[in-house]
Amino acid sequence: MSQDPVAALRAEVRHWMETHLVGRFLPLKHRGHAGDGDALPELRKEWERELAAGRWTCPGWPEAWGGRGLSVAEQVAFQEEYARAGGPGRLGHIGEGLVGPTLLAFGTEDQQRRFLPGIRAGTDFWCQGYSEPSAGSDLASLSTRARLDAATGDWVVHGQKVWTSLAHLSDWIFVLARCEEGSVGRKGLIFLLMRLDQPGVEIQPIRQIGGGTEFNAVFFDGARAKARDVVGQPGEGWSIGMALLGFERGISTLGQQMAFAQELDLVCEIARETGADRSPVIRQRIARAWVGLRAMRYLAMRVLAEGTDAEARIEALGYKYHWSNWHRDLGRLAMDVMGPVATIEDADPRRDRLRQLFLFSRADTIYGGTNEIQLNILAEQGLGMPREPRGTGGR
Amino acid sequence: MSLVLSEDQVMIRDEAARLFAEMADSARIREVLSHDLGHDAQLWARVAGDLGWCSLTVPEQSRGLGLGAVETVILMEAAGRRLAPVPLWSTAAFAVALLAHVSTPEACETWLPRIAAGETIAAVAAPGISDASGLMGIAAETENEGYRLSGRVGPLIDAPVADLLLVIARMGTGRALFALRPGQGVEVRRVRSLDGTRSYGELDLSHVPAMARIDRGDLSEDDWTKVVATAQLALAAEEVGAARGAMDVTLAYIADRVQFGRTIASFQAIKHRCARLEIDLAEARAMVYGAAANAVSASPQERLLEALGARALATDLAFRAAEEAIQLHGGVGFTWEYDPHLYFKRAQASAMLLGRQDEHLSTIADIVLRAGVGS
Ligand SMILES: Cc1cc2nc3c(=O)[nH]c(=O)nc-3n(C[C@H](O)[C@H](O)[C@H](O)COP(=O)(O)OP(=O)(O)OC[C@H]3O[C@@H](n4cnc5c(N)ncnc54)[C@H](O)[C@@H]3O)c2cc1C
Repeated sequence: MSQDPVAALRAEVRHWMETHLVGRFLPLKHRGHAGDGDALPELRKEWERELAAGRWTCPGWPEAWGGRGLSVAEQVAFQEEYARAGGPGRLGHIGEGLVGPTLLAFGTEDQQRRFLPGIRAGTDFWCQGYSEPSAGSDLASLSTRARLDAATGDWVVHGQKVWTSLAHLSDWIFVLARCEEGSVGRKGLIFLLMRLDQPGVEIQPIRQIGGGTEFNAVFFDGARAKARDVVGQPGEGWSIGMALLGFERGISTLGQQMAFAQELDLVCEIARETGADRSPVIRQRIARAWVGLRAMRYLAMRVLAEGTDAEARIEALGYKYHWSNWHRDLGRLAMDVMGPVATIEDADPRRDRLRQLFLFSRADTIYGGTNEIQLNILAEQGLGMPREPRGTGGR
Repeated sequence: MSLVLSEDQVMIRDEAARLFAEMADSARIREVLSHDLGHDAQLWARVAGDLGWCSLTVPEQSRGLGLGAVETVILMEAAGRRLAPVPLWSTAAFAVALLAHVSTPEACETWLPRIAAGETIAAVAAPGISDASGLMGIAAETENEGYRLSGRVGPLIDAPVADLLLVIARMGTGRALFALRPGQGVEVRRVRSLDGTRSYGELDLSHVPAMARIDRGDLSEDDWTKVVATAQLALAAEEVGAARGAMDVTLAYIADRVQFGRTIASFQAIKHRCARLEIDLAEARAMVYGAAANAVSASPQERLLEALGARALATDLAFRAAEEAIQLHGGVGFTWEYDPHLYFKRAQASAMLLGRQDEHLSTIADIVLRAGVGS
């Protein structure tokens, strides 16, 4: 057993979490996950630095950049143990999971040198500036403009992003903008790295379904990006932006499954307390939830396995749909087993967690590509069915 | 544990896909239907005889290849995709597991090499094995130098073509296993099923000699559980295959059929329904292959849990894929000439084998609510 590097790593993570997610960090347990992203922000930033000190930020990065160079299996083990211990949602996730891999793959040496250390150290936080008021599912119709300022070589940005998670807690934003006048669709886009703390950027929090404000509207009015902060070539923004999304459906979803298992366990526990577990219909729903979760685990293992074949590539296209809808169903089941008190905002932390689940899981099927878009993609790319016709109008 | 197939496993998969595509195409299935036997002796001779696929999971000491659950589900999925009218599940999955895990060494010695060589077709009567209602089941009592078997069996697949009938019976507080040959203490009556792609029979049980009992006697519930898990999982794999087959037929049809000046595959309502099926297929298949890979290390209870989970998903999926096949074919989907009805009937027939889905789910709920979700 002790020779198994994955088992050894698990033990190490467990021990570290047991000795560090304590004291002043204790209130962070189980907090700050999707939908609850603005919980206890200052303490969570400190937590990021605590993680960094333990070398637990960016463990999958190469050692040259301060990572541990962990294999996929080891990263999965880390994520699982982190979640098992109730580790809080990671404010550093966008930097670590999206920006880092993108810069490692497409960034200049200068960009890597300037940005990776701050992400690794848990001091620089990032957010994602893709969606706009008129460009959601149809992201390629975005209209935020970037114009080259000949005098300085800077890119000057005008426009608006929206639903930008954690912008109000972030230092940097990556922005997909239109750099070629008159270009349409995927052509003529640019991928920019921009400081948020500069003139011409305004961040307005947006209140969410659960009452909190995890996401924001971000307005650009003459804000600037330096020429050296363009990733890839101007005009290539779309391919960089899509490659970044590819990093998103990664390993962190396996850690998420550990949290899902805890949630389902909690649902079972409460069902026993309320007597809901005696209802045959509730029992069937619990059984279905269990099966869906176990299948999700195997699905992720198939999808993440190296050297996967065509079948697994199609399966990968459906994975997001599967987990997000599973989670949404669990949210409703959680409410149903709690009974009438479910909607009463009492102080019971277990019930509160499930209530949050009920609300927040509604976002799972919207962000990162809605259900309907996932089905389009699967039908077209997985099953080879005809593409959706594009309209010419709308208002 | 890895869910990536080995090179050998990929070879088996591709070979099986090719063989069934060739030898169990629609025309051939219809020929089998016209003979009303639900059995393709020619295909069976190829699969069990020439290719020796029944030997895959037979232990090596009984002249098999000693392979595991993953190879079984690979074959079952491939057979299911073409609704291959062969007793592969009964013989290669269920009977082999029963003999290998539960029966005496002598019984293994007698039967397993014959199964491995493709000389014996076996059918298994296990009506009570996952029947929550307790209505079905066979009871065994000792009766002058032998046993009296009685009870309700229900339709039993592959019994009419089997030369070995394995019967699981309740005996006191435990279970017993009997190996019977048609005509010797058991009569098989062929019955007609809506599902013409398998042969169905009913059993008339009576007195059997003492030597017909072949279980080891010192069995625990766990031993039986392992066998049931193996059989359930193999059946789930076959159902997943059948779902895939129904989708093959559907996707091919909708890509050609034109209405309103475009292929019906281009309508989003239809794309989304196909995509939903594909997602559910991926889920069920992952469950099947995950459970198969986990079978070597999991406890009997966990194996059962996962196998029932696989069944719960696959049973639903096979039916939905088949009903969508009919619906998306329109009028021709309602004809005898087109294939959707074959999948539809098979799906319903399979759904009732080894317990209903709600029974599987309630067993899962019992275990999960008692033992926790696990991870
Ligand atoms: C909690 C949360 C956090 C988010 N964080 C970020 C972030 O940090 N950065 C960022 O850039 N964005 C973020 N988003 C935005 C998210 O990516 C978009 O909401 C999403 O892409 C959908 O776009 P939309 O809201 O404009 O909806 P729309 O595209 O207007 O969709 C509305 C409905 O129409 C359906 N629809 C649209 N097109 C089609 C079609 N072709 N076929 C069928 N149905 C269709 C959709 O599925 C949906 O049901 C976040 C969203 C949420 C909910």
